[in-house]
Amino acid sequence: MTERPLLLGVRHHGPGSARSVRAALAARRPAVVLVEGPPEADDVVALAGDPAMSPPVALLAHAVNDSGRSAFWPLAAFSPEWVAIRWALDNGVPVRFIDLPAAHSLALRDADERDAGTSPAGDAPAGDVPAEDGTAGDGTGRPADEAPEQDTPGEEPGGPEPAGDALRRDPLAVLAAAAGHDDAERWWEDVVEHRSGGDDPLAPFAAVEEAMTEVRARSSVADGDRDLVREAHMRLRLREAVREFGAEAVAVVCGAWHVPALRERRTVAADRALLRGLPKVRTEITWVPWTHRRLGRAHGYGAGVESPGWYAHLFSAPDRPVARWMTGVAGLLRDEGVPVSSAHVIEAVRLAETLAAMRGRPLAGLGETLDAVRAVMCDGGEVPLNLVIDRLVVGDVLGEVPDAAPAVPLQRDLTAQQRRLRLKPEADDRHLDLDLRKDNDAERSRLFYRLRLLGIPWAAPAGGSSTGTFRESWRLSWEPELAVRVAEAGIWGTTVESAAVAKARSEALAAHTLADLTSLAERCLLAGLGEALPTVMKALADRAALDTDVAGLAAALPPLVRSARYGDVRSTGTAELTRVAHGLADRVCVGLPAACTGLDADGAAAMRQHVEGVHAAIALLDDDGLRDRWRDTLRRLARRDTVPAVLRGRSARFLLDEGALADEDADRLIGLELSPAVPPARAAGWVEGFLAGGGLLLVHDERLLALIDAWLTSVPADSFTDVLPLLRRSFGSFEAGVRRSVGELVRRSPGAAPAGAETAHAPGFGERADPVRADAALPVLRLLLGPEAVGDGTTPSAAPFPTPSASASPSPADDPIGAPA
Amino acid sequence: MTAETTGQPVLRPHAEDAFAEELSALAAADDRPRPERWKLSPWAVATYLLGGTLADGTAITPKYVGPRRIVEVAVTTLATDRALLLLGVPGTAKTWVSEHLAAAVSGDSTLIVQGTAGTAEEAIRYGWNYAQLLAKGPSREAMVASPVMRAMNDGMIARVEELTRIPADVQDTLITILSEKTLPIPELNDEVQAVRGFNLIATANNRDKGVNELSSALRRRFNTVVLPLPASPDAEVEIVSRRVDQLGRSLQLPAAPDAIDEIRRVVTVFRELRDGVTTDGRTKVKSPSGTLSTAEAISVVTNGLALAAHFGDGVLRPADVAAGIQGAVVRDPAADSLVWQEYLETVVRERDGWSDFYRAARDAASGRAHGAAA
Repeated sequence: MTERPLLLGVRHHGPGSARSVRAALAARRPAVVLVEGPPEADDVVALAGDPAMSPPVALLAHAVNDSGRSAFWPLAAFSPEWVAIRWALDNGVPVRFIDLPAAHSLALRDADERDAGTSPAGDAPAGDVPAEDGTAGDGTGRPADEAPEQDTPGEEPGGPEPAGDALRRDPLAVLAAAAGHDDAERWWEDVVEHRSGGDDPLAPFAAVEEAMTEVRARSSVADGDRDLVREAHMRLRLREAVREFGAEAVAVVCGAWHVPALRERRTVAADRALLRGLPKVRTEITWVPWTHRRLGRAHGYGAGVESPGWYAHLFSAPDRPVARWMTGVAGLLRDEGVPVSSAHVIEAVRLAETLAAMRGRPLAGLGETLDAVRAVMCDGGEVPLNLVIDRLVVGDVLGEVPDAAPAVPLQRDLTAQQRRLRLKPEADDRHLDLDLRKDNDAERSRLFYRLRLLGIPWAAPAGGSSTGTFRESWRLSWEPELAVRVAEAGIWGTTVESAAVAKARSEALAAHTLADLTSLAERCLLAGLGEALPTVMKALADRAALDTDVAGLAAALPPLVRSARYGDVRSTGTAELTRVAHGLADRVCVGLPAACTGLDADGAAAMRQHVEGVHAAIALLDDDGLRDRWRDTLRRLARRDTVPAVLRGRSARFLLDEGALADEDADRLIGLELSPAVPPARAAGWVEGFLAGGGLLLVHDERLLALIDAWLTSVPADSFTDVLPLLRRSFGSFEAGVRRSVGELVRRSPGAAPAGAETAHAPGFGERADPVRADAALPVLRLLLGPEAVGDGTTPSAAPFPTPSASASPSPADDPIGAPA
Repeated sequence: MTAETTGQPVLRPHAEDAFAEELSALAAADDRPRPERWKLSPWAVATYLLGGTLADGTAITPKYVGPRRIVEVAVTTLATDRALLLLGVPGTAKTWVSEHLAAAVSGDSTLIVQGTAGTAEEAIRYGWNYAQLLAKGPSREAMVASPVMRAMNDGMIARVEELTRIPADVQDTLITILSEKTLPIPELNDEVQAVRGFNLIATANNRDKGVNELSSALRRRFNTVVLPLPASPDAEVEIVSRRVDQLGRSLQLPAAPDAIDEIRRVVTVFRELRDGVTTDGRTKVKSPSGTLSTAEAISVVTNGLALAAHFGDGVLRPADVAAGIQGAVVRDPAADSLVWQEYLETVVRERDGWSDFYRAARDAASGRAHGAAA
């Protein structure tokens, strides 16, 4: 056996495999370590020994001319490949990567995409080839949801071809089924990962090799299979190493699936033939920091590891892994205020071990420990358990890469864009005015917004509103530390756009308040990140559905509606935005009356702003059904006694302005609100709310003026000083001309004559309207307002034309506002 | 017990009698290690509850349809020295699971204490036979053992139903029993020590929070397993329509044709409000304070059927269930009615084929509002 190279077949990201690899390398002490991975990485592998490098990290290969075409090979501390690399570096032994070069695999992926007739999936490095090729194996560089069934542990032989052979897709499942297990992952854990100790460090690998040989013998391997090409390359590199160091001094760490293929005796010529004529692109490779979360399959580019935190624990715990794990869980729960005693820990460990025994497993695995934590420490609840899963099972571990690592593709993409948009990264402050109608300027603006989203504040907006106009002002200043920020942002993607999309999505999931989400939606629109919008909108809709703070909902609505309209201007897809805005508006309509009761003066003032904002926003949404529901809400507000007077007045005014309140109803309502029985302070509040929409109404509707005037004169002298500030605020907000007109009308006592509206006239006007001249204006008006608007109840009637819509909103005799539905 | 002596068929036999054949087949096939005084191994107990086919071809019917994990954790807990607390809203088969666990483990599911607001300490510890007490003074013979005490003596599984209904001071008598496995008898200066095999299954309604919340000292003697509501809408519709059918017959309601659509609707509304998310998984909704259990869905439909039969045309229509649903959802007039209205406006209104129901529910809601205003 000694004359053969040492082939260590592993399960990628398997902590048990990693321990075994370490033990095997220490026992065999090879002179060279070959690792499954792109040979381009030979140049940068030394960096793995840098003290500033801490896993999880990933090897990132990308095409030189297009950094969007890329593939990742993530490595965690518990990855067998990482362990092998570190052992080699620590022992001064050369490390070589033996897989198919990334130059070929990236090119092959493009070819596959062309064959499949699908366009490259933009930002997402969606290809399967590097994913399958990955040193760190399963599913790297591929959205996790694309191939869940391939994220099985161990090896993934399957290429992108839809081979129907279950054996080929998941050999471990076949082995596990043969052993009577329904779960391949658990079976592998039981027979390989959970093996602790054993006398011969090489024995497990011999067993794995034997099993894999058996499995591969039964699987059909099609010609032209990508695996064959890869394995041919591996064999060539292996042969090279054997020639150089001698067979017994070579150790290979690769996926278990490949071991039999590497043992196979093939001629060099046959292998060369397979590799001939492969397409090629110019690639670069570097290290980028990675996170545990991204190793998990639930997050973006999954590496297929559901429980990196658990694996890291298994790998690093010196002994008694379950007891140590439970202690960690107890610590976390205690920090979160869940009372967990040592007795709980003891019981949890016992339950986990008993469960494992009942399930016939050699050692409690993640399933058993979580079941025990749930039953013992979490009182059967899922909420604290989810915390444990999020913090410990997945975990928040962020890798680091030394500064010496080659530049990340994000930096290259940024440089390319800077060149294209003629923007130099200069340290001096520079002012830039953009005209968004020009393509170049619009693109610059989007770049700035994207960079800001990524936490790279190269450009800061310099005053001026950004929405609604075509002008933007920016202040540019490139600080040296921004390069560091770019490197940090490299974790989000390989191009500015894809990184910004990923960042926005992650922010949406982490956002706590509605306001955060609406502002994020706005920034996504500004940055032209239509792809991130659905995630943001989903988060926003969810948050709105669960939010019980109506004021918060009301505050969120106007910016959202603005965004929707702004998006329309930019022709971004905003249907989703509008839908969410409608949902939000509906919730506000339902919740507002209850939220407006029992407010103090400050609360009422704040709520009044919200009501005004919502009113304007709903008008912009332009949906008749919604408008009707909003009017119902306003009616309910206006007639509910427990709503502060200022809000009731404001609601009544909105209804009147909308023509949803008939004149005589308005009269009666005002009469009711300003009855002598109503305390003057309260009536004054109502007046303030009612008149907040402007005073022209009083100039043109003298009946209302007479009512208010009558109330004002009836306020007792001792209360008058109390209400004076309110009145001053109300009338002081009128324009000077209006104020003067109202004053003059009052001096002529508007309500004195029974036909006051007929006889009194505004100063500077004739005694009565001249029908001939008035009619002459009608055609123009109709043209301006649209045929259906004139004479329609929805015309804003605060305009100097009181709408003839008294009959448009019938109301029951006993209720001046009309019955709310 | 009386039924056995008189030889008459009982209305409902105990689990260990009803499934005696399955239990003996399992015992025969079971070669795994058994904890002391257990009739079956933990694996066999789990198989008994979850169903399966034995090597000799005996089919074991599933007693509990639900996640395997739950049964495994429950059985394993009984094999440790922690007691088992089954939590769940009413109608999630807590009592059913507890009975079958006791039957499979100890072969006896009758050592049971029914928890009520009036359950006294004697029901959990021991009482006295006062005639004996007066005649002979305090002695073992004068004691009346509780089911828990008998279970301790014999190494069996005791059951406590509705633990949280029991007053807190009485609950706490369990602490010594569960932690020290002894039951002191200060009157005789004696104690009963639990024999191996003793354990306790308690059930509690987790919606009853605050009625008699377990003290944390008692709580930590239990491993908690929460029994979930039916996992799929179809399963729940099936349960509801079967129960409604049975109830309708016993209430002698005429069978309503095509009620299945309305039943499906009721179940959908209940599930969506309970889960806080619509069935398509796209929209979240607020959950009201009520339980909205399957049992309540059954009563809403039954109620609707009665309305349709006596005041309608015999066909179950949206209006017949709308008021009932609202009654089940709106428990807290202020908060829940907002939740309900919001659900109507944001989910029901735009759903295809639900406009009748939307109108009926709105009518019911506004009727309520007028009533409240009057």
